[in-house]
Amino acid sequence: MNETIPQLLNYDEPSLDAAFATLADEVRAETFSPRDAEAFRLHWLGRKQGRLKLISDAWLKSAPADARKPLGIRFNQLKQQIEVALAAAVAAPPAASAKAGLDITLPGSVRAPGIPHPLLKTMNEIVAVFHDLGYSTALGPQVESDFYNFEALNFPPNHPARDTQDTLLLAGQQARPSRDRLLMRTHTSPVQIRSMIAQAPPIRIVVPGKVHRNDAADATHSPVFHQVEGLCVDTGITFSDLKGTLDHAMKALFGSSVKTRFFPSFFPFTEPSADVQISCIFCAGAGCRRCKHSGWIELLGCGMVDPTVFSSVTEERRKLNPAADAYNPAKISGFAFGMGVERIAMVQHGISDIGQFYSGDMRFLEQFA
Amino acid sequence: MNILSNWLRSYVHGITADDRQLAEDLTLRGIAVEGVHDLGLGNGHLFEMDITTNRVDAMNHYGIAREAATIYNLPLAPLDTALPAAQPAPNPFSVQIAPEAQSLCGRFTARVLRNVTITPSTGQVAGFFALLGSKPISNAVDASNFVLQGMGHPTHAFDLDKIDGGIVVRLAHKGERLKLLDGSERTLEADDLVIADHTKALSIAGVMGGWDSMITAETKNILVEAAWFDPVSIRRSSRRHGLHTDASHRFERGADLNACPVANALVAELILQSGGAPEGELVDVIVPSVAARTANRHPIALSLRQVRRHLGTTLDDQPGQSALTADLVRQVLTALGCTLTEAATNGLQPITSNQQQTTFSVQLPSWRLDLEREIDLVEEVARVYGYNRFANTLPTALPVIAHPLAAAESAVRARLLALGYSEAISSSFASEADGAAFVTTNRNQQSTPHGLIALENPLSDEARLLRPSLAPGMLTMLAHNLNRDVREVRLFEQGTIFTGSAEQVVESPSLSLGLTGDLPPTRLHNAKDAAVFELKSVIESLLSLFAASVDALSTSAASALAFSPDAPAWLQPGRSATALLNGAPIACFGELVANQREARKLRQPVFLAVLDLDALYRLPLRRAAARELSRFQAVERDFSFTFADAVQWRTIAQAIAALAIPELTRLTPVEIFRDAKTASAPAASVAPAGHYALLLRCVFQSTQRTLREDELSEWSTRLIAALSALGGTIRT
Repeated sequence: MNETIPQLLNYDEPSLDAAFATLADEVRAETFSPRDAEAFRLHWLGRKQGRLKLISDAWLKSAPADARKPLGIRFNQLKQQIEVALAAAVAAPPAASAKAGLDITLPGSVRAPGIPHPLLKTMNEIVAVFHDLGYSTALGPQVESDFYNFEALNFPPNHPARDTQDTLLLAGQQARPSRDRLLMRTHTSPVQIRSMIAQAPPIRIVVPGKVHRNDAADATHSPVFHQVEGLCVDTGITFSDLKGTLDHAMKALFGSSVKTRFFPSFFPFTEPSADVQISCIFCAGAGCRRCKHSGWIELLGCGMVDPTVFSSVTEERRKLNPAADAYNPAKISGFAFGMGVERIAMVQHGISDIGQFYSGDMRFLEQFA
Repeated sequence: MNILSNWLRSYVHGITADDRQLAEDLTLRGIAVEGVHDLGLGNGHLFEMDITTNRVDAMNHYGIAREAATIYNLPLAPLDTALPAAQPAPNPFSVQIAPEAQSLCGRFTARVLRNVTITPSTGQVAGFFALLGSKPISNAVDASNFVLQGMGHPTHAFDLDKIDGGIVVRLAHKGERLKLLDGSERTLEADDLVIADHTKALSIAGVMGGWDSMITAETKNILVEAAWFDPVSIRRSSRRHGLHTDASHRFERGADLNACPVANALVAELILQSGGAPEGELVDVIVPSVAARTANRHPIALSLRQVRRHLGTTLDDQPGQSALTADLVRQVLTALGCTLTEAATNGLQPITSNQQQTTFSVQLPSWRLDLEREIDLVEEVARVYGYNRFANTLPTALPVIAHPLAAAESAVRARLLALGYSEAISSSFASEADGAAFVTTNRNQQSTPHGLIALENPLSDEARLLRPSLAPGMLTMLAHNLNRDVREVRLFEQGTIFTGSAEQVVESPSLSLGLTGDLPPTRLHNAKDAAVFELKSVIESLLSLFAASVDALSTSAASALAFSPDAPAWLQPGRSATALLNGAPIACFGELVANQREARKLRQPVFLAVLDLDALYRLPLRRAAARELSRFQAVERDFSFTFADAVQWRTIAQAIAALAIPELTRLTPVEIFRDAKTASAPAASVAPAGHYALLLRCVFQSTQRTLREDELSEWSTRLIAALSALGGTIRT
């Protein structure tokens, strides 16, 4: 190791700083494996021929008296730097080289935890947002009567509005009165009726659940899917309350920069009715493939509870209490909303085939670990 | 439905917005334009519309033009017609609505056209049809179609010379036959409404015309029909005959009674452009009772207070001044065709400056049968004003009440995820074969029927039933993975199963577990059995969330969780078990029976468990109770015994528990050795055939003091004696 001892010509502070910076770079540049740590130590810190010793001897010898202290301080700092580098090398686990050591690059052995289903995760997130807004969870059966699924929600028998919800009917219902006929609920809205019959206002409920329609399966349709429904009934509930609630919920779900847009729509059980779009969460409204270049994504339907629905509820409540008047539409009002969970989860995660949610395919699920 | 922007603009002059802006403005008012297609220079755009079912009035160009006129506050052009002078008719054409059909046909207009020429369409009709991509047929047929698309009312043109006598609107005779325009031969029911002549049915009213009276190249004289039919009746016939036509689509949503004469004149005008003349005046039969409940409904009251009560705050509101004013209401509703008169709210009160008191009496337009109530008008105000001009306000929040089962469900879910099982959702349906094979019969529900639930209109043969068990769905998911070379799978599903009868369906929460994979042996189980024991420990772990944990040293067998080797037939006998909680079955698990595995062509063994969550959720979640930890040293003693295979662990544990040594705090089977046939060394032969060696670990500890060597030896001696009594041999 025949290295030259660097010359130090001036002992003023800037020259010292520059000279030591060069040495510090030299130390840093000298990367070494733990196996070479001893050689490194000897090179720099050897008691007789260590480079630090040689340099300090050379520089101190010719240093003016008032430069000795700054020199000493800097030598100490350099020494510390070398020691830290050494300590780190010794502490570092041996790389793939050590025969006696582990091959730490092998995979770990703990069995991975299970993966929450992305759809149910999304559904739980939506429900949590409404819990925070003061909505309590309400649930209802998947097999419903015609009354709860349609009639009470202002879908009269033989009404074209029923065409929009292809319904799976249970066998053996022909002999029963039409309102009692059983079917697979086509939406979570019957829980609105059940809740209102059971309970006087004020109501704030959020209803997650599974629904079924007689739809052939394709990339975006499934005979089984999930909805989250919400209902708010109280005195003085307005359309602007509906707007504010959903705007808040969409921001809570998708981020505070998301904008909402409301369009008139039609649902038999709400009046006025609206469809709600959010600004595309991928392109922030600029237009992209996911939003079909519109800048907007349609996510839910909503509206003010139709007075006919309140009347149906009152009629049922009066069977138990002839004086029941808690749902008098002249005194109370409310809003309801419903959203398809699959659609939201598909938008969130860029899922193109709805069927993957129901396949139990580990390769699909593992993406959400 | 498609709309041409040029056609639409022909009804409203002065729209300054371009076509794309027009589409956007319509969409924001609920007249949804789903697509805008450029038709080339001068041709405007084609709008793909998605009109909601309640807005049949907007399923045509004129109706949408009315919306545009309302949005831009522009006048809507009237639908004027100019017909050639009518030739005198010897007698007015005979139209009768049979008494039983009076409520179903509210209006029937008929006009006779003589000496017409049947030719291909030209001019505006041909031009618009080309842009719409509609196939032209002939001037007479196209006229009807053009008017339908133009102003929305369905009409029909008959070959007058095929009509015998005159028109009778009546119910069909049961079994009456009619050949329709599409060439199909229909057998009618007694509640099908038909347009007939004096001898035969000519068409199914409002659904489809008949073959025999259709317009042909030879037609010389035409009868133009424009009528109003009852929505429910049309819908019934349309569905019964599987005929969903443009006409039925509109009639079943509620047509405009007053549109009949206008539509009739428009059709006649178009046909007569190629020659011919009307004969006699328009025959117009109106059923007053139907007119009273459709076109001539009573006015309804609309108060400004209700508008504001339902709609709330707008972005345009000034302090103390709502932007929802009486003027706004009047302007919007008038443009939509309503006639508003301000009603005195109370005859004695002078009109106050407070507009809140304003109440209108609103005469509804005949084409808006969807408007019936005050709330419908409130919606119209909001819709035209613009939903996005309303403010975002929040109602007060209420305290949230946790769902009674939420904690239990979430505990089960969290535990299963922690144990490495991923969450899955399978089909709600099952085939009849699977329903029969997998139905759980040990449910504790004698009081309710627990039959299978079938669907009337299943999606497929494989989905005839509502699932009575989660097991078939889980198997399908395991198979899905195995068929894609995913060989290690752990899944669970928390779902609903359905049993009961057609009158009463019982929905019960259930849990399924699915496991397949190449599991390594453990110190107690060989590789082949490892999966069964994994499922057992998962079930124990779940139950421990609710019930006291299972303790080998427990002496009260009935209170604890027990496992019986009996299991349903879909599990392999001898490789499956039922878990009993307090003596009642709560879960079963094990390897899938061979015939089911073969039927599903599964390439490796699969293991399933189903657990009755209904029973589990009846238990409260266990509240853990802490005990004092001993400050004194615990002493571990291992014992190695050889037992005959017939001696089960439970017997051994019970024998030790029966010693009732309070200081024995833990008893664990550490390892089981069986004489492997492939033993590498003779020394490995640890147990004779039919026997196994068991390494048993006992932990002794007192909460009071340090244990003495002599007590430990005494306990060991008693323990060895007890196990020797079971036929065990201590190994040294």
